[in-house]
Amino acid sequence: MTPLLEIRDLHAGVEGKEILRGISLTINPGEIHAIMGPNGSGKSTLANVLMGNPSYQVTAGDIFLAGQRINDLSPDERARLGLFLAFQYPVPVPGVTLVNFLRQAVNAVRGEEVPVREFRELLFEKMDLLKMDRDFARRYLNDGFSGGEKKRAEMLQMAVLQPKMAVLDETDSGLDIDALRTVAEGVNRIMNPEMGLLLITHYQRLLNYIRPHFVHVLIDGRIVKSGGPELAEELEARGYEGLEAELAASGS
Amino acid sequence: MSSIPVIREEGYKWGFYDPVEAVYKAKPGLSHEIIDIISDIKGEPQWMREFRHRALDIFWQKRNPPWGSPELEKIDFDSIHYYVRAADRDATSWDDVPEYIRRTFDRLGIPEAEQKYLAGVGAQYDSEVVYHNIRKDLEAKGVIFLGMDQGLKEHEELVREYFGTVVPPADNKYAALNSAVWSGGSFIYVPPGVKVEIPLQAYFRINSEAMGQFERTLIIADEGSQVHYVEGCTAPIYSRDSLHAAVVEIIVKRGARVRYTTIQNWSNNVYNLVTKRAVAYGEAVMEWVDGNLGSKLTMKYPSVFLMEPGAHGEILSLAFAGAGQHQDAGGKIIHAAPYTTSTIVSKSLSKDGGRTSYRGLLKVYEDCHHVKAKVRCDALLLDETSRSDTYPTMEIDAPDVHIEHEAYVSKVSEDQLFYLQSRGLTEDAAAKMIVNGFVEPIVKELPMEYAVELNRLIELQMDGALG
Repeated sequence: MTPLLEIRDLHAGVEGKEILRGISLTINPGEIHAIMGPNGSGKSTLANVLMGNPSYQVTAGDIFLAGQRINDLSPDERARLGLFLAFQYPVPVPGVTLVNFLRQAVNAVRGEEVPVREFRELLFEKMDLLKMDRDFARRYLNDGFSGGEKKRAEMLQMAVLQPKMAVLDETDSGLDIDALRTVAEGVNRIMNPEMGLLLITHYQRLLNYIRPHFVHVLIDGRIVKSGGPELAEELEARGYEGLEAELAASGS
Repeated sequence: MSSIPVIREEGYKWGFYDPVEAVYKAKPGLSHEIIDIISDIKGEPQWMREFRHRALDIFWQKRNPPWGSPELEKIDFDSIHYYVRAADRDATSWDDVPEYIRRTFDRLGIPEAEQKYLAGVGAQYDSEVVYHNIRKDLEAKGVIFLGMDQGLKEHEELVREYFGTVVPPADNKYAALNSAVWSGGSFIYVPPGVKVEIPLQAYFRINSEAMGQFERTLIIADEGSQVHYVEGCTAPIYSRDSLHAAVVEIIVKRGARVRYTTIQNWSNNVYNLVTKRAVAYGEAVMEWVDGNLGSKLTMKYPSVFLMEPGAHGEILSLAFAGAGQHQDAGGKIIHAAPYTTSTIVSKSLSKDGGRTSYRGLLKVYEDCHHVKAKVRCDALLLDETSRSDTYPTMEIDAPDVHIEHEAYVSKVSEDQLFYLQSRGLTEDAAAKMIVNGFVEPIVKELPMEYAVELNRLIELQMDGALG
């Protein structure tokens, strides 16, 4: 079986400063992985580097998406191969309605013009799935959206674009408990056995709603510990500092 | 014989020209003699001939505005042909328009648009209007839509009453020049209470090299009437520059509503120096929708004088400057009565070293209380080499007024591009989407056909067109 995402000894940074210092990770179809880490550990850098943000530079290592090396591909090429990033801070694009944007995006990732009617059916189906009001699609993309609306709009994009591999960067940040639950339920409905999911988060609370198969702890640009879902609970109980102290004591 | 393309610049598809000798082409240069020739050919009344001669003297005395672009000093007034007559009459059927001219307008899609969604069409080719027509039902209601020369012939008293009253020849150097050598343009009169629901359109085409087009438009909307007038313009690409100096005067009487929409797409060798002004009386509404995409240098600030309580003025200005272009555009609103309101929205885009300037005036006279005015200018720079400036002037001489002013300059941000690219859009498609969103507040004000056209022009400009 070809992994959906395979990261090998990845080193990357921004403006000459190394932030990721050798990350390896493999995600197979149907798997949900969580990367947890404190502020400054490199979580957002990892998300940006995977999607190909040109502000970041990969200095060593490889990224494979469904067996294809994507290091040198532009963000849009990666998207067309089935990679998706839900942004921590979705960017407003005033004057562009969500519906028009999504239509162009669907056409772009599929590489063909989807008939208007088929697109509308797809959009409405996914809006219903995420319990979103249909008028929402007429609003300008992320322009004046509340924190919760932004994250739901990201989930809608993921649902409509149907990626093979999705990375969710701090999708829980800025959400109150009800919004968090709605967004998490949406993710669970979108997830399927052919798809891979990587959750990047500071807190354990998102993982109460989306159960990961594997949890990895990222500290200072390295994965220092991997385990099952119980690792997240352990972290919640002891904190990152507790884990760091333990690792230091064991000399690893 | 068909039109053949010259110097094809990538993207500007209106650059073809008709290789045909004009019926009459004046020698280059300006003189009182030229004015007599024009006036003779047109068979004008004496008062108009005198008006022209006086205006020429004013033109010679006037200097370029000190704040204007240094490019103005490069205009060689001696090398311009001030009058080029291509056809010997103004037809009301396309069948009567000389074939090669008709083909040009066919290529520009004008007769087709007339069939589909216009109430009337005027077409000007170089100096003269070669075609005009209006739907019979509107004609029956007393709506007049003629070429300006024809208007002067058939409705001399009406023309004499208003001509030059809104934009007098001494207003500025180019208004004086237009007053001296004007030819063509539209004359529109809408009787009281008559509402023209679908647009009237005029299309201006320069064909000859190194010529000046000086159309003159006069619109009178009588009490409680309504009209939407649209103009479009293109020209061939030549190595020598042409000059377009139009004057537009609009009278919006009590309770009337006029919208004047321009989609200016001159080739990059045209100086576009236009004076457009409207006066709006009690409860009247005047709206300018002014889109400037083409030309080498445009200086144009559509104005509204709000003369009586309840009048409302609105200016939506859109400018796009590419390589070698300077769009100096904006608007002026003069509140000359209490209880008047206005809005100016300006959107400008600069790319490949192009330059846009917003130049605006908001004036509120003494005793004009309870005025509400809003000015918003947004500029978007598409790269590091482009430039945008804002020159807003406010002269507020009355207390008890409510004025809002906002100005923003932004760049297409890396964050926006990355975000849209992460959804599969190429960098080009992402930039176009950001630009389309930026101009959306203006495009959505246009009738659908023009909105589509404008979006298309913007996309061509985005593709690196020099047009």
